[in-house]
Amino acid sequence: MKKASILMIIGAALILGLFAFPMWNIQLGAPQYPEPLGIDIYINGLKGQSEFDLQNIDGLNHYIGMKTLPKPEDMWEFTVFPMVTIAMSLLGIIIGLVAIFRNASPNWFLFWFLLMSLFGVLGIYDFSQWLVDYGTDLDPNAIMKLVNPDGSPMQYNPPLFGHKKLLNFDAYSYPKVGGILLWLGMMCTLVAFWLGRKSSRNKAQ
Amino acid sequence: MKNFKIGAAVCVSLMIGACGNQGNSDANSSKGALNSNIAEKVYIAPGERDEQYAFLSGGYSGNLTVYGLPSGRMFKEIPVFSQFPTSGYGYSEETKPMLNTSFGFIPWDDLHHPDISQTNGELDGRWIFVNGNNTPRIARISLSTFETEEIIEIPNSAGNHSSSFITENTEYVVAGTRFSVPVPQRDMPINEYKSNFKGALTFIDVEPEHGHMDIKFQLLMPGFNYDLSRPGRDKSHGWFFFSTYNTEEASSLLEVNASQNDKDFIAAVNWQKIEEFVNNGGGTMMPAQYAHNVYDESTHTATSDMMEDVLTVDPSEVPGAIYLLPTPKSPHGCDVDPTGQYIIGSGKLSADITVHSFDKMLAAIDGEQFDGEAYGIPILKFEEVMAGVVKSGGLGPLHTEFDGKGNAYTTFFISSEVVKWELGSWEVVDRQPTYYSVGHLMIPGGNSRKPHGKYLVAMNKITKDRYLPTGPEMEHSAQVYDISGEKMQLLYDFPTHGEPHYAAGCDADLLVNNSKKIYRLDENKHPYAISNPSDARVERDGNEVHIYMSTIRSHFTPDNIEGIKVGDKVYFHITNHEQDFDVPHGFSIIGQGTSEILVMPGQTKTSLWEPKRVGVWPFYCTDFCSALHQEMQGYVRVSPADSNLELSWSLGE
Repeated sequence: MKKASILMIIGAALILGLFAFPMWNIQLGAPQYPEPLGIDIYINGLKGQSEFDLQNIDGLNHYIGMKTLPKPEDMWEFTVFPMVTIAMSLLGIIIGLVAIFRNASPNWFLFWFLLMSLFGVLGIYDFSQWLVDYGTDLDPNAIMKLVNPDGSPMQYNPPLFGHKKLLNFDAYSYPKVGGILLWLGMMCTLVAFWLGRKSSRNKAQ
Repeated sequence: MKNFKIGAAVCVSLMIGACGNQGNSDANSSKGALNSNIAEKVYIAPGERDEQYAFLSGGYSGNLTVYGLPSGRMFKEIPVFSQFPTSGYGYSEETKPMLNTSFGFIPWDDLHHPDISQTNGELDGRWIFVNGNNTPRIARISLSTFETEEIIEIPNSAGNHSSSFITENTEYVVAGTRFSVPVPQRDMPINEYKSNFKGALTFIDVEPEHGHMDIKFQLLMPGFNYDLSRPGRDKSHGWFFFSTYNTEEASSLLEVNASQNDKDFIAAVNWQKIEEFVNNGGGTMMPAQYAHNVYDESTHTATSDMMEDVLTVDPSEVPGAIYLLPTPKSPHGCDVDPTGQYIIGSGKLSADITVHSFDKMLAAIDGEQFDGEAYGIPILKFEEVMAGVVKSGGLGPLHTEFDGKGNAYTTFFISSEVVKWELGSWEVVDRQPTYYSVGHLMIPGGNSRKPHGKYLVAMNKITKDRYLPTGPEMEHSAQVYDISGEKMQLLYDFPTHGEPHYAAGCDADLLVNNSKKIYRLDENKHPYAISNPSDARVERDGNEVHIYMSTIRSHFTPDNIEGIKVGDKVYFHITNHEQDFDVPHGFSIIGQGTSEILVMPGQTKTSLWEPKRVGVWPFYCTDFCSALHQEMQGYVRVSPADSNLELSWSLGE
């Protein structure tokens, strides 16, 4: 059980990696951008993959009437998500410590995992909503108003995951180190639950 | 049945195989196996990049050109001594001071000898130095921006030809005069040249951090013609060698009168000894006027200072610092091998190449093996300093480079060839024709302790039938040879720009990662820069109007300006707000008396416009910057000189 609890603490601590590393990355490559422009999505804001990428993406997007990329203060998510992450990490660590010293049930580990998963799903849903909004809420006076073959206005939301062709750009959207640490941390807690349950069953026998 | 099928399949595949072989041998027989092999060596597939950089002097274009090796593709022309309308160099207000001299604004020169900065005798890729031959100047070019950063004029010099060669830690860049002149200049009969004219050899100190140049001292030598020079390196570091001709000191019909002496000299100068002498207060300050122009990357602006005096040294003041090495037949090239042991003098009217030994020279000095003196400078005995003679079989040797593997390569102007020979044995190893009348040659790193002996570029003076004809005037031809094997192999033939004299080259790796992509807007300290379009404005000061303008794809801010009057001097200060690689914007306006200006991302440049007529005049971006480049335009309303219209400006109203 002690092993499981330590794993629980490690897992809960790993999600703090979101503060050091970007969780997601969107890259935009084109013939004239052999070195793709890239957005690193951090828990508390956006950053260019290279120093001036955000500015250059905004510069290009103004042609098709997209809004500029949000600053941290423009989106509540960049304030709330960090708080949720810290709270969840603390909660997980406390659960792990209680499990070591007070012999809490490993079901708490599962509870934490499920709660974190719920936040994760909500987060991804929110992210996808933002992508759609960002790619479709276009300035009616845009310089270039492009339409699909069926006459509907063209949308520019990058893919939630994987590759999508946006005019001359190839957009790629994948998790980055922070996101992978989040996933690893959550997996740790799931394994902790499994280990903990096994050891408490053994004891019961 | 099954077996038969397999058999048939094997048969078919054999036939295909045979066909393939047939095809290959056809290709070989039509072009020759050797040719297809050569094509592979110079072929840089689309998207691939060259192995080496080559910086070819532009000669009378006044500029430096950047090429790739082995492809011979030209990447850039760097403006140095000439006005360059392509970028606005020498036309923009910021760069006009670069071309200032004691003779005023001189928008042209004759650029001859590039040399890349070195540390411990190896190329370090910080700067490249070049000389202006006509109005003597030395320029320093940054190898991170590939722009000219500094130009210093050389006083008391004329025909700045034995320049701009650097010592092996870039302590000095050296500039020697080809034409001797009265020093100081004065009104005197030309035929009193002999013993009255002087040849100035100038040692310019290079400040290690920023490369800023400052004349340390000028050695006032006898009135010979100082043709070319090379630093000693490794064991001979601390010495500098200058070839001379016209030791006859003729002032007229030099082709005859300067070819009378059987031997001229290579002057060996112990600059460390002279440096010590001047550091201890030696030398004489002489009034002299010369310009020192420095371009500041943070203000994007050049300033020109007029210097007032120069420290001169008379050779007689520093005994034991200068010796003359007799060298047959008006030597031109004066090249030092990578070990610093051999000094190669190419007597241009000769068939042979004379090689002096540094060790023998030191021994001869020690043993006082003198054969008289010239104006107090000891002449060493020829036999005591000579290491060997290369019996080349060619005619008119000019310049020698090295491959770092014990071989030397000498160009022969008259017999149009490059001859490879071995140092020490003086035996000829190979010879290859050039097309035609080759001058300099260049092996990347050839003028250092560590040549990168893979390619050799021969730069020719005569083109004739090499390319499709373009009337009487043609670009000069150059040839690339593969010198990695025992025999040289001619790979490629390409036209150059202007008249390349010497060139310098290095491995691409030395420069690619330092090459700047943009200038940072947040580091722009130009006094008329604006970092935000909201700061764009127009200000009047008498009849001077300053327009603080910014550009970003695809508009100028502001793009409508009113209140300008006939007779105004209108300064367009344009800051390019892009921070994206390779997105310059240009600016030009109808009736502009200068050239366009091309403004790099983060940079500010200024164009002066003096409107002469009432009207509404358009300006536009000259660089196809974006899909809406054609829309990147604006108007200036010009009112009569006595108009009371207030200045106003706007964008998108």
